[in-house]
Amino acid sequence: MAQGWMQISIFIAVLVGLVKPVGIYMARVFTNQRVFLSPVVGPVERIAYRALRVRPNEGQNWKGYARSLIVFSLLFWIVLYLILRTQGIHPLNPEGFKSAPWDLNFNTASSFITNTNWQYYGGETTLSYFSQMAGLAVQNFVSAAVGIAVVVALIRGIVARSGREIGNFWQDLIRVLLYILLPISIVGALLLVSQGVIQSLGHATVIHTLAGGTQTLAQGPVASQEAIKELGTNGGGFFNVNSAFPFENPTGMTNFFELLLILVIPASLSYTYGRMVGSQRQGWAIFAVMFVLFVSGVAVVYVAEQHGTPSQHLAGLNTHAFHGSTGGNMEGKEQRFGIADTSLWTAVTTVTSCGAVNGAFESLTGLGQAVPFANLGFGEVIFGGAGAGLYSMLLYVILAVFIGGLMVGRTPEYLGKKIGAREIKLVALGILVTPLFALLSSGLASATRLGTRSIYAGINPQGFSETLYAYLSQANNNGSALAGYTGFIQPNAPGNAGAFGISFADLLGGAVMIGARFLPILFVLAVAGSLAGKKISPAGLGTMRTDNPTFVFLLVGVVILVGALTFFPAILLGPIVQSLTTRLF
Amino acid sequence: MRRDLLTSALAAVVMTVALGVVYPLAITGISQVVFPGKANGSKLSLGGKVVGSRLIGQDFKGKPAYFQSRPSATEYSGNVTYFSNLGPNSVEAREAVRKNLAAYLRRERPYDPELRQSVPVDAVTESASGVDPHISQANAWIQAHRVAAVRGLSLAEVDDLIATHTDGRSLGLLGEPGVNVLQLNIALEKEAPLK
Repeated sequence: MAQGWMQISIFIAVLVGLVKPVGIYMARVFTNQRVFLSPVVGPVERIAYRALRVRPNEGQNWKGYARSLIVFSLLFWIVLYLILRTQGIHPLNPEGFKSAPWDLNFNTASSFITNTNWQYYGGETTLSYFSQMAGLAVQNFVSAAVGIAVVVALIRGIVARSGREIGNFWQDLIRVLLYILLPISIVGALLLVSQGVIQSLGHATVIHTLAGGTQTLAQGPVASQEAIKELGTNGGGFFNVNSAFPFENPTGMTNFFELLLILVIPASLSYTYGRMVGSQRQGWAIFAVMFVLFVSGVAVVYVAEQHGTPSQHLAGLNTHAFHGSTGGNMEGKEQRFGIADTSLWTAVTTVTSCGAVNGAFESLTGLGQAVPFANLGFGEVIFGGAGAGLYSMLLYVILAVFIGGLMVGRTPEYLGKKIGAREIKLVALGILVTPLFALLSSGLASATRLGTRSIYAGINPQGFSETLYAYLSQANNNGSALAGYTGFIQPNAPGNAGAFGISFADLLGGAVMIGARFLPILFVLAVAGSLAGKKISPAGLGTMRTDNPTFVFLLVGVVILVGALTFFPAILLGPIVQSLTTRLF
Repeated sequence: MRRDLLTSALAAVVMTVALGVVYPLAITGISQVVFPGKANGSKLSLGGKVVGSRLIGQDFKGKPAYFQSRPSATEYSGNVTYFSNLGPNSVEAREAVRKNLAAYLRRERPYDPELRQSVPVDAVTESASGVDPHISQANAWIQAHRVAAVRGLSLAEVDDLIATHTDGRSLGLLGEPGVNVLQLNIALEKEAPLK
């Protein structure tokens, strides 16, 4: 395992090294300063403003910002739905796929507009290249940019010196796309192709194999989608098995690079935050909380996966490592990634709202599954989605400040702004909406015949895990899955068990994703507007500090407490049961 | 509100064209010129004919003269992918491993009588992609006994070929080493073709 720990350590070291430079760069972008790309991107930016009739630097109050965001997202939802619905008439469709049923399209459109990328379809058997490129990949960019815009607006609200404006949505959106997401994706996509990720538009090729059979090799514009899929913490694979498929993720190197793409924006945003609020220590405090929770999760998954599963041990398989073999639970894992890199990926993709996978989550050990459950249960605040992670964490920060204020008997204030009843109500709503969606929908799906039809593993702890995870993942806009749930067999695959036509799961999931994405955004923007209007009072002796280890400890405690109180009873019934028993179901 | 609608509509069109058409087509164009082999799937040829991709594993079941790929849920499909999705405490998973283990021992033990409990896990568990191009080195070293016997090569010769076709960790650090089964089998066909 020593080599595995070393790989994990190297990854973490590189990530931490990137936090400062990327964080500074993003802060400059968000505050309309010059960056090294300005000579190239600046002219494009100005053309974009003119073409889209945007008046940059015209500030919006929180309601105006929210209205622009909602109108934009709603309109784009309709566009995406129509693209998917009329797939049959579009070009770049070498396999001649017709549109999927309307309920599946509803789920998919909702999924990509909300940065979730939950997939009830298999990309290579359902969608044309056009739908993937012009439909889904566009949303990979846009939904991530929306998330980042929201956190920038919230930060402006926190630092504003009694005003009403929290920035201009259109300007934020365009600058995030042009200065951050697009340039990194271009470089990233080409790097991925250089390592073997495919990028072509041709028909899948049929070849005669060495042993005398035939095999069809998929084609497609994969790399261009792969880069933004990771960078925007979207996670929706071009192929059904996502980044486990060698054409999406061919080597240890691409795996490392894709992991960096997933985490670089969410992790660096904490530094950006420190810079924008004028105190780097505030940013590092938040980073420390995320870091501690992240590393603990990685360690648990790795140890659990290296141990192997009860099924394997009872079959008489020795899962110890020995010369030339990694040992461990290799079911649903790829040899080139092994146990360590698959475990690392499992944690990375669930602390962020990415949800891309490089192995089968459903085949993780019980304890290995418990970590993704916990990461989702904490509400995607450990780094979290692009933008979404930090704004959700800032809600927890305000909550922790409030709780800390109650403990010491002072009026709670954060960065010089008094936290009043209105803010704390909005924060509480913002934090509770997601768990509410997750628990109500998974309860509904577990308790009704319509819902249990989607279960693959049967009526047992694993089946319950599938259901709970499906709605937890969709409510948190993550998109990873215990993939037996509904999606096991693909529509056009041999032996299709009917992934299509499970309208209940499609519609409930779609509604959950939309509600659990946009309601919290509204609460966050309302908090931003509310804080923007407050005066900054100088810190006094009695002010609780929010940049020291005590506060880090308090914040970790609050995150764990809220997550545990909300989800522990449910998680107990699934992964915890399985990790405590060697009984088979 | 009307301005929001207008800007949204314009943005939907412009962004769809720029991010959904121009960006992927530009990447495709550059890739096809600069990395044509890799962009089209890293294909491998034998005797002038394409026989597969170095990234996509193939089915060699029932062919004792070849190294065998890992078990696959998809019958090694290169264009329809799914997981087997067997849970950690599932009876089906136990039965699958049991069956794979028995088959592996039945196939390899006649040629490697010392083979007992040290069957590598990758040999009897299904990969995530269904087309894992690699097997572990330990798995290859065991299979070498059979391939050497069937092809009339010495074990040392086969072990040399294994070493040549082992993809090490990227930069010597990242990922796990694995033996590329298709490349190894192609090399065997070149070195010691079947009569």
